[in-house]
Amino acid sequence: MLKFIIKRLLWMIPSLFAVSFLAFVLIQLPPGDFVTTYIATLASSNEVVDQNTAAALRERFGLDQSMLVQYLKWIWGILSRGDFGISFEWQQPVSGLIWERMALTLVLALASLIATWAIALPIGVYSAVKKYSIGDYAFTAFTFFGLSIPSFLLALVLMYIAAVEFGADVGGLFSPEYETAPWSIAKTLDLLSRLWLPVAILAVSSTASLIRVMRANMLDELPKPYVTTARAKGLSEFRLLIKYPLRIALNPFISTIAWLLPNLISGSVVVAIVLNLPTAAPLLLQALMAQDMYLAGAFVLLICALTLIGSLISDILLALVDPRIRLE
Amino acid sequence: MTDILSITPRPSMAAGKTLLEVKNLVTEFPLRTGIFKAVNDISFSIEPGKTLCVVGESGSGKSVTARSILQIIDSPGRIASGSIILNRQDGSSVDLARLDPRSKAIRAVRGRDIAMIFQEPMSSLSPVHTVGDQITEVLRLHLNMSKAQARKEAAELLRQVEIPNPEQALDRYAFQYSGGMRQRAMIAMALACKPQLLIADEPTTALDVTTQAEILDLIKRLQQTTGMAVLFITHDMGVVAQIADDVLVMHHGVIKEYGPVDQIFHTPQDAYTKMLIGSVLKLEQKAEIRLARPPLDTTAEPILDIRNLSMHFGEMKALNDVSIALLPGETLGIVGESGSGKTTLGRSIMRLYDPVSGEMHYRRADGKVVDLARLEGSELKAARRELRMVFQDPFGSLNPRMTVAQVIGEPLLVNGLSKGKELDERVCHLMDQVGLDPAGRERYPHAFSGGQRQRIGIARAITLNPRIIVADEATSALDVSVRFQVLDLLMRLQDELQLAYIFISHDIGVIRYMCDRVGVMYRGKLVEVGEAEKVCNNPDHAYTQALISAIPRPDPRDRDRSKRFRYIEPSPHIDPSNVKNRSSAR
Repeated sequence: MLKFIIKRLLWMIPSLFAVSFLAFVLIQLPPGDFVTTYIATLASSNEVVDQNTAAALRERFGLDQSMLVQYLKWIWGILSRGDFGISFEWQQPVSGLIWERMALTLVLALASLIATWAIALPIGVYSAVKKYSIGDYAFTAFTFFGLSIPSFLLALVLMYIAAVEFGADVGGLFSPEYETAPWSIAKTLDLLSRLWLPVAILAVSSTASLIRVMRANMLDELPKPYVTTARAKGLSEFRLLIKYPLRIALNPFISTIAWLLPNLISGSVVVAIVLNLPTAAPLLLQALMAQDMYLAGAFVLLICALTLIGSLISDILLALVDPRIRLE
Repeated sequence: MTDILSITPRPSMAAGKTLLEVKNLVTEFPLRTGIFKAVNDISFSIEPGKTLCVVGESGSGKSVTARSILQIIDSPGRIASGSIILNRQDGSSVDLARLDPRSKAIRAVRGRDIAMIFQEPMSSLSPVHTVGDQITEVLRLHLNMSKAQARKEAAELLRQVEIPNPEQALDRYAFQYSGGMRQRAMIAMALACKPQLLIADEPTTALDVTTQAEILDLIKRLQQTTGMAVLFITHDMGVVAQIADDVLVMHHGVIKEYGPVDQIFHTPQDAYTKMLIGSVLKLEQKAEIRLARPPLDTTAEPILDIRNLSMHFGEMKALNDVSIALLPGETLGIVGESGSGKTTLGRSIMRLYDPVSGEMHYRRADGKVVDLARLEGSELKAARRELRMVFQDPFGSLNPRMTVAQVIGEPLLVNGLSKGKELDERVCHLMDQVGLDPAGRERYPHAFSGGQRQRIGIARAITLNPRIIVADEATSALDVSVRFQVLDLLMRLQDELQLAYIFISHDIGVIRYMCDRVGVMYRGKLVEVGEAEKVCNNPDHAYTQALISAIPRPDPRDRDRSKRFRYIEPSPHIDPSNVKNRSSAR
């Protein structure tokens, strides 16, 4: 087991290098660079930048060097100083920008994850055990509803209702007075009072799909002979459900951890933009559009690292939970 | 429906106080098109310490009967009427049929008064819980034991069912056990609360004969020490003859005959019972078609000559230096227990596997000899046209999305031999040959019964006028009554088409009925080859003797178990019964 973990960790190093290089190249592939975008932005407000200024800017940002040199400089900075570079657009160190956003993203993602699992798993089990009952049909109708409504539409409708009917301001994660204030108990309470809407919106579609998956998994397990054996032992229906089929039906969910972590960053972009949430996804999108390559590169690197760590965690957990899997 | 004369209570039963009394039980399954009565008005009783065998073919309702007693019928089945009276030792009685399937009262009976073991010990145990966990669960549930007490008791139970190193075995998982050990663990679990009645639903069907004999012995011994009654469900008349006190013959949900075992076997009244017994006795000798046939020309050049064939899967030697020859028109049986390499041999001949070493000399119709082990490309393709295969599972081996005409005609089509109207005519002719009505050729396989599907499989095999057919357990999945029809069909086709068969089976009876010569395989080696009559009745090799001795004789007056023994390989090897090498399998 330990050997397996070490081997996997060592393999992560070349993978990270490969992915980061690929990401760096991909970001630079579109014609032009940050300065081009910058000049275009200025031009739209009738400011003209001459060639010399542009060249000076390029030199300052190191954009005049070859791509390989830029990449090596960037990687070296990360490895030697933990310096992810400076964001062109924000004129701030990338690491500071990312960590601030990541904390809020994590809060939001965890909250919606807990909400999803807490609602979906019991309903999925119920739907499977009471297959074709009225309750099952009702939940099935809800899940199709939840799956087919785009979440940004749901966000718009809910915002409209909240703002027009109740006069509540629901955009963002903080009230205006707390937005730039330092962390305090009042600010945390404010966050909690505003968290429910994005959590509800994000949870609807994932809850819907999770209910379907859980129902299908349980329906696969329920007719298995070991369930009958447990019943013939005299266990109560509830106890045997929890101990045997549920336990095995949950295994596939452990594998989902692998993509749950990277989803923290890149998931739910549209909802975050609609609701004006200060999370990582809109920042990533903006960085890509502006060709702010150090910021975008750092995000891609982070997504890649989280994917690798996520799949390692899920592999280890699966091996711990399911004795049939042996890591060699 | 038919005569139920023999169901009147018999004097032998009225004597002792019965343990379980089933009266007019009806169990039904509501379907879209109406109600299906899986068990229709059956009555029987079990006395303490006795064994009642319920015997019948698939769909007879024998399993549903057993599950009705514990109210664990698969949804949407339910008991419609009748009573199931359980008389406890303390004098109290309870009608199990009236209890709610989810009630506390029935749960107190399950596992404590009546315990059950099932057919497939692998899937009947949870794959993610240790065996110890699953045994202690029953003890803690019904006897309120502490964890430590329960563990001690569980180890004791495993010792009772003769599992070596019970302390360590408790912490292992079902997949780390061999098939026989899993069933022992299931028995230990069932016996945990010392039930008065053990229901065993085909507990030995998935096991090899030698393991089956050991499990039957174990149940008998435990029955003698604990005085429990056993309700044993099986389709195997040999097993019935060996263990039953009373026998209940079921067919399509109704009782055909009910009486003491000796009466059932020696003076059966019902036509269906007679057919069942007759089909077992038929396997005790060679088929009439074969006895009537002129003897084979044993001096002829062999059509297939296998020399020193070896096939390895990783470390495991699935075939170890096997040499055997097949004469034209001959049926060569290959017999052995699971893991003996008999299927690997069949598949190597078909070149589904590439053998590691050895030769397979095949004499073509034009007299030219080719080595199947070395053939490539178009020559291999040509050889495969003349070597065909019939598979075990009549359900899995036919594509459910192809019509029967497509299934049978596919070999002709892919080899570019015929198409259109001509193809259709040939398919009709082939279906006629295997006894199927060509009018059904546009239907899909699900519309056919198991026996009919196997006929489709045979029709597909003879489509290209092959010269050798490898039949891998071709009749194992079929009910006894259908089995003979398929075996007789195979023999008739053999005579018509001058086929040579390699007939792989674990069932000595089928081999004796059908084969001219037999090869006995044991752990990848061919330990004995000889005339079928000789090998089945008077074998030379110690392993074959052990194998034959383990087969339950279909005669309740011949229950001498003292002749039975287990073969132990003379070389210093690991014990074959308990250690299973999982690393190669997973």
